[in-house]
Amino acid sequence: MIEVQHISKSFKDVKVLDDICAIFQEGKVNFTIGKSGSGKTVLLKSIVGLHEIDEGKILFHNRDFTHMDLKQRKEIRKEIGMVFQGGALFDSATLEENVMFPLKMFSSMTYDECRERANFCLQRVQVINKNHLYPAEISGGMQKRVAIARAIALNPKYLFCDEPNSGLDPITSIVIDNLIKEIILEFNITAVINTHDMNSVMEIADNIIFINQGKKWWQGNKEEIWRTDNAELNDLIFASELTKKLKKFYI
Amino acid sequence: MSFYNFFYYIGRYFILMRRVVSKPDDSKQYFANVSREIVVIGYNSISIVAIISFFMGAVLTLQTAYNMTNPLYPDYLIGLGTRDSIFLEFSSTIVGLILAGKVGSNIASEIGTMRVTQQIDALEIMGVNSANFLILPKITAAICTFPVLCIVSMIVGISGGWAAGELSGEVPTSQFVYGIQYMFIPYYILYSLIKITVFGVIITSISSYFGYFTDGGALEVGRSSTKAVVNSTLVILIFNLILTSVLL
Repeated sequence: MIEVQHISKSFKDVKVLDDICAIFQEGKVNFTIGKSGSGKTVLLKSIVGLHEIDEGKILFHNRDFTHMDLKQRKEIRKEIGMVFQGGALFDSATLEENVMFPLKMFSSMTYDECRERANFCLQRVQVINKNHLYPAEISGGMQKRVAIARAIALNPKYLFCDEPNSGLDPITSIVIDNLIKEIILEFNITAVINTHDMNSVMEIADNIIFINQGKKWWQGNKEEIWRTDNAELNDLIFASELTKKLKKFYI
Repeated sequence: MSFYNFFYYIGRYFILMRRVVSKPDDSKQYFANVSREIVVIGYNSISIVAIISFFMGAVLTLQTAYNMTNPLYPDYLIGLGTRDSIFLEFSSTIVGLILAGKVGSNIASEIGTMRVTQQIDALEIMGVNSANFLILPKITAAICTFPVLCIVSMIVGISGGWAAGELSGEVPTSQFVYGIQYMFIPYYILYSLIKITVFGVIITSISSYFGYFTDGGALEVGRSSTKAVVNSTLVILIFNLILTSVLL
């Protein structure tokens, strides 16, 4: 379980996160949703320590990440996998080397064992016979899948994904969603996913947190989201005429 | 840039360097990275250094000959002048400035691209000290290869000078060779090697600094690259003055 308690973050005079409290449930798919500029990515980066928060606490299984020194944080980070918006694969390394990288750095495995594990992870995300290719030689969807493979290589307890479906077609988005859900169930990972994609939310979310203007406005599950009377959340989820009709039909 | 900003950037540079000079997370990976950087920073710069040194040596000889038309000056002074110019200034400072352009922009754009595509964030999330992982191998490679490039520049520069003197008929080979041996002070080579080693650290660390703190997109990567070259050049010129007054 990941718990954020009253966290705030400002950049110069702009308050991006304002007193956010939330619990990301263990072994579940937790989504943070919100408009562009609402503070989702800053929240995600603050949780993993890429941004230092101004106030509040972040607890990973009751371990206070906020007040840890670099060495202690390093231990927690070995339990974290992250999939970035653009994949963030290393350009100068092949797909196999990308997945092997965390294994070589932080496991006691031999080279052959690392390679075997990397191949297992790549096969798990359905990237087969492409180990020797470089990130620039594959599609965006495949890059995301390799990024997921790299993120799960060290058997993390926590998986963070920043807009895993951005720039992907609807079919590939569904493939990525299902892959994330399967992996989370298979390895009992706690996932925190940022997204704009309401299809993903409706497909695989267990717990949803709605962030607006740097504050937490709503928390619930995908059944509750249909019936919410929160105006801002309704505007976001049911933005198009089609989704408005769908809501009426559903209710 | 305000006075406050100047100290902010200097402070940030030293904080970054403190992270850079820590013990590598994985020594095997570190040596692999150093080997790669030796090729990128050193080996790939040999041709440009050699070409420029050859022509600069040739021009130095011809210019020295042009300025020594007085029959009272012996011809061997042309060789001596070329040697001292190459050993004392060209092979360290000018080659340093050339490398600031070639290597510096390459480093800043490489690390800057890694920053804007979140590859550095990915390293940090994995628990890797990204500053140490990316920058220390480059500094180590520069310390190992820049002195070699300096020696290459000396040898090729002198050869260029000799070729120009011989082909133009300005100075016979025997006089030129006598000139480059005349009153030779081996300390000049050490002085030059010390200077280029310091310049190597300056170029790689400053360029890495600008790349590491790139903020924005592709346009910012280009700007970081330019800033890296300009600032490395300025710092090289300042340190050239300091080192010359201290070492000579």
